[in-house]
Amino acid sequence: MALENQIQDLVSLSHMYDSVGDITHEISKLKKKLRRMKHEVFLNLKGWQKTQVARHSDRPYTLDYIQRIFTDFQELHGDRRGGYGPSMVGGLAKFDDQSVMVIGHQKGREPAEKIRRNFGMSQPAGYRKALRLMKLAEKFDVPIITLIDTPGAYPGIDAEEKGQSEAIATNMFSMIDIKVPIIVVVIGEGGSGGALAIGVGDRVMMLEHSVYSVISPEGCASILWDDKEKVKQAAEALCMTATHLLEMKVIDEIIREPLGGAHRNHKQAAVSLRKALRANLKTLIHQSSEELIEKRYEKFRSMGAFSTEEG
Amino acid sequence: MSWFDKLKVKTGLGPKIAKPEIIWIECKGCGEQLYIAEVEKNLKVCPNCDYHFRADARERISYLINPGTFVEHDGDLTSKDPLKFKDKKKYKERLRATFKKGYSHDALISGSGVLGDHPVEISVFEFKFMGGSMGSVVGEKITRCVERAIKNNNPVIVVSCSGGARMQEGILSLMQMAKTSSALKKLSDHKLPYISILTDPTTGGVSASFAMLGDVIFAEPGALIGFAGPRVIEQTINEKLPEGFQRSEFLVDHGLIDNVVHRRDMKKTLNNLLSMLANKPILKTVETHD
Repeated sequence: MALENQIQDLVSLSHMYDSVGDITHEISKLKKKLRRMKHEVFLNLKGWQKTQVARHSDRPYTLDYIQRIFTDFQELHGDRRGGYGPSMVGGLAKFDDQSVMVIGHQKGREPAEKIRRNFGMSQPAGYRKALRLMKLAEKFDVPIITLIDTPGAYPGIDAEEKGQSEAIATNMFSMIDIKVPIIVVVIGEGGSGGALAIGVGDRVMMLEHSVYSVISPEGCASILWDDKEKVKQAAEALCMTATHLLEMKVIDEIIREPLGGAHRNHKQAAVSLRKALRANLKTLIHQSSEELIEKRYEKFRSMGAFSTEEG
Repeated sequence: MSWFDKLKVKTGLGPKIAKPEIIWIECKGCGEQLYIAEVEKNLKVCPNCDYHFRADARERISYLINPGTFVEHDGDLTSKDPLKFKDKKKYKERLRATFKKGYSHDALISGSGVLGDHPVEISVFEFKFMGGSMGSVVGEKITRCVERAIKNNNPVIVVSCSGGARMQEGILSLMQMAKTSSALKKLSDHKLPYISILTDPTTGGVSASFAMLGDVIFAEPGALIGFAGPRVIEQTINEKLPEGFQRSEFLVDHGLIDNVVHRRDMKKTLNNLLSMLANKPILKTVETHD
């Protein structure tokens, strides 16, 4: 809480400086101090604070990154089974000179767009569209990049009627032996099965302030604490930050964000992401399909923590 | 402890003192007073209205696997509490409390056995172990069950009864969805049948992984099956859910599962299905024709 207030103070302070302008020595000294403090604060963000940063509505979304990182983006629509899936976007694009298939959850920033994108919560059609595009990429030997940013799969009547569970399960089942490289990046919220449905890949990375969890802190708090207010405890207990996931070997790499979070500087965040994508793609495209699939399988096969002693 | 066990204790079917005056239970389906011994004998199904009471993993194995043929595997796997998780209670304490009740094998019992005419690898959920939730141990046991099937050239049967992924193991529980689904892809490549049986309840991360990946999927009557729990959906859309929503029969109507099968008929249905899908008996037939 103290940290949060501190951040708030810092944010309002920095706005003040912006309006006055960087004219005096005093201000520049203070700005330096502010940077240093911000750096420390953001280095030590706790689970719930990270969740709030990951959900920040100014944070770059999938289409923002696509626009900044790729060229010639050709968006492709529909699951070919009667569904559009507006919370999931995808299409072919050029990355440097390489063709890639980019697929990601899409949230909206303005109220109307938020509703149209269903707050980034996909219906089965979204997952089926994603899989269709992955199969298309596989057919034409095009590497796949997926960007995860969702509170979770949509919990609704129509989603259940159309087989939400089956759609998610089938994606994981199919992604494990797609013959082209798959790079996965959690750019904001990695919400449970809805995230993992496009999250099986050769490299899994997270942006520094993104989160990835089996359940939202709100959901966990209301089930295990029986108290919706216990979100901070829940977020902490769930170990959902990039650092935690790297320790548990669920992800391979953390991508640094600009100071104060990706929402403060879209351009710099995109540069950071581009660098990580380029480096990983470079090593993956030289691997044979067999090698990719075998290693991908081993990666997920080895996840878990158990012992063989009697409890 | 479920109401069924409490009653068992009270009625002397459990380890405690008998009280002969309460050997009756009320059926949740028809409200009829039922004689407990009769319900047990009837595979925990109401003889009056066919309401399916929840059964323990070992009971379910006895309903499906020929007597004396079941060999348990990986019963010694236990959770390591990777997150040192604590809510109102420590995860370690929750685990210990469940062990003390005699459920020592985490939320799943796995093994090999013979179902009718067919050797099978089978995994059955134990709902009384933390709501049948899937953590690392459950995921690992299912994966090994599938790998064993590939090695032994056997079909796989999974009987699900679970609220979903186990929150107390965080992201590692989520990853079990990918792990088990991947193993099933290998099984599928080996052209070995996987039959998924859904019982009340099958939701969340279990539903959204192996439970919905069966070559054939059957459900017991009236089971709650879905991705999101009904309460979460109601809160999200702010309206009452339609009658029968997310029940087995609803899933059949929406083309999501193959059929609803009564517990009494499950074994013979599976045996019949395996006689048409599983490799071994087919080879035997070919040999006799030669």
